[in-house]
Amino acid sequence: MSIDQATVRKIASLARIAISDAEAAAMEGELNGILGWVEQLGEVDVTGVEPMTAVIPNTLRLRDDVVDADPLTGGGRRDDVLANAPAPQHGFFGVPKVIE
Amino acid sequence: MTELTNLTVTQIRDGHRAGDFSAVEVAEAFNANVAGAKALNAFIVETPEHAIAAAKAADADRAAGTLKPLSGVPIGMKDLFATNGVQTTAASHMLEGFVPRYESTVSAKLWDAGCGMLGKLNLDQFAMGSSNETSYFGNVISPWKRKDGGNAALAPGGSSGGSSTAIAARLCPAATGTDTGGSIRQPAAFTGISGIKPTYGRCSRWGIVAFASSLDQAGPMARDVRDCAIMLENMAGFDPKDATSLNLPVPDWEAALSGDLKGKAVGIPKEYRLEGIDPDIDAMWDAGIAMLKDAGAEVVEISLPHTKYALPAYYIIAPAEASSNLARYDGVRYGLRDLPQGAGLQDMYAATRADGFGPEVKRRIMIGTYVLSAGFYDAYYTQAQKVRTLIARDFDAAFGACDVILAPTAPSAAFGLGEKMADPLAMYLNDVFAVPASLAGLPAMSVPAALNREGLPLGLQIIGKAFDEQGVLNAGLAIEERAGFNARAEKWW
Repeated sequence: MSIDQATVRKIASLARIAISDAEAAAMEGELNGILGWVEQLGEVDVTGVEPMTAVIPNTLRLRDDVVDADPLTGGGRRDDVLANAPAPQHGFFGVPKVIE
Repeated sequence: MTELTNLTVTQIRDGHRAGDFSAVEVAEAFNANVAGAKALNAFIVETPEHAIAAAKAADADRAAGTLKPLSGVPIGMKDLFATNGVQTTAASHMLEGFVPRYESTVSAKLWDAGCGMLGKLNLDQFAMGSSNETSYFGNVISPWKRKDGGNAALAPGGSSGGSSTAIAARLCPAATGTDTGGSIRQPAAFTGISGIKPTYGRCSRWGIVAFASSLDQAGPMARDVRDCAIMLENMAGFDPKDATSLNLPVPDWEAALSGDLKGKAVGIPKEYRLEGIDPDIDAMWDAGIAMLKDAGAEVVEISLPHTKYALPAYYIIAPAEASSNLARYDGVRYGLRDLPQGAGLQDMYAATRADGFGPEVKRRIMIGTYVLSAGFYDAYYTQAQKVRTLIARDFDAAFGACDVILAPTAPSAAFGLGEKMADPLAMYLNDVFAVPASLAGLPAMSVPAALNREGLPLGLQIIGKAFDEQGVLNAGLAIEERAGFNARAEKWW
């Protein structure tokens, strides 16, 4: 199954990456090359095979229900959280005006 | 006096402990080498003051009798680990200027163990690449040159190419790496050093910039097997902040090192004998088999029937996870923001991501987005995860007949910069021997084994059972003791 430039643009839009027409054209060939190659997986008989969910068996842990149990990942760190934000405003993340 | 930068981690640790030299002398010597090696472009940020501060603490600890396991040892930190107060970029424009307010678990453990940081090491952008040519901060150059009279710049491997170059060029005695589909082992092989990817879950992923979370695993790179064991002991361990962290004690791998393989069986996977492969690779592999026999091991042929499907499965699963992980780069919370005049939120996302990601990262996000999209999810992603199950089962079955597996690390020696960049598929094929162990979460290491006819290093790979890093390290040591690899790149930088 090969993809066309319209599909490339649709994928780019889903991935929120702006691309030019020239980039879409170049990407069409590259993506088709890679997708054509991975399609050989279709020839593997996977009847009755479960998809892998965890490479190493592990149990899902629950932490104790304690506020700020780990201060590093707890609350009260607004300034740290905002320290690298490109446009913080009034103690919040800033975004362009959104009007529906 | 011994040149301090020629010492291994073990020699620095023991020499410092014995009072042969001060940690500050060691840090100054490595800082000088780092400062004098700009031509290799191994570091994105240099942190000589961090190395000196840790060295002063190490010297004080020695005087006070409170030495730590790695007191006095300066190391390089791959720029994929978040370091508190020090820029962390994943070699991307997206994170240029990002200064974390927290420390990754692995780096924190190393500082707690007494290590100092010489700097943040260059890598392929978001760890996506096999040659270190996708970094926003320029290519890393291998210190090695072909002995053909030419002067071609060679790839240090990737994605941990800054780490491999820095160790091979004696800019640091050891460094951290991360391995998603070979990113520790292949660069180690290309530069004549050692590196181990432990069992998935041994090292916490907390604070490591995420690429493909079901595959990403940190590990050490160093000059020899003992150094890898020491480093890994100080990087591994349970971390409640990582949901996939293994809640197991960290073994004393160094103390149990032994190159005596009597009673052990070594599997040779017949599917790894590739048609038309470089004869030097096959010759090195055969020599490695002889070395392990000499160490007392029994050698058996094994079959890993789904080997040829490992790479295509990887190039669905890893991009799928990457497309999801990298959705976080939105121009809002941290990193780059590109807000064109009059643009709304959606346009800002698209402009930021177009500007902040390099071509290979975009390619993988696009592939991942496509294979996860409605209508294609089952045909691509679910199928790949089923094939991944089969690949893991292949290893389970093989380990019924052997304790470790021996194979080449990469299908060739280091290639020239630019030689494979035009064709993404040719680049991906470089990880053909490394990816299967990643998909199965198994510990695997590369040790230098020989030089090829061009005078470039080649690496042998040992793959072990889950949790059996000791078996991997021991087989690696058996090869190291017999290969007698002591070649190093002649200084030209």
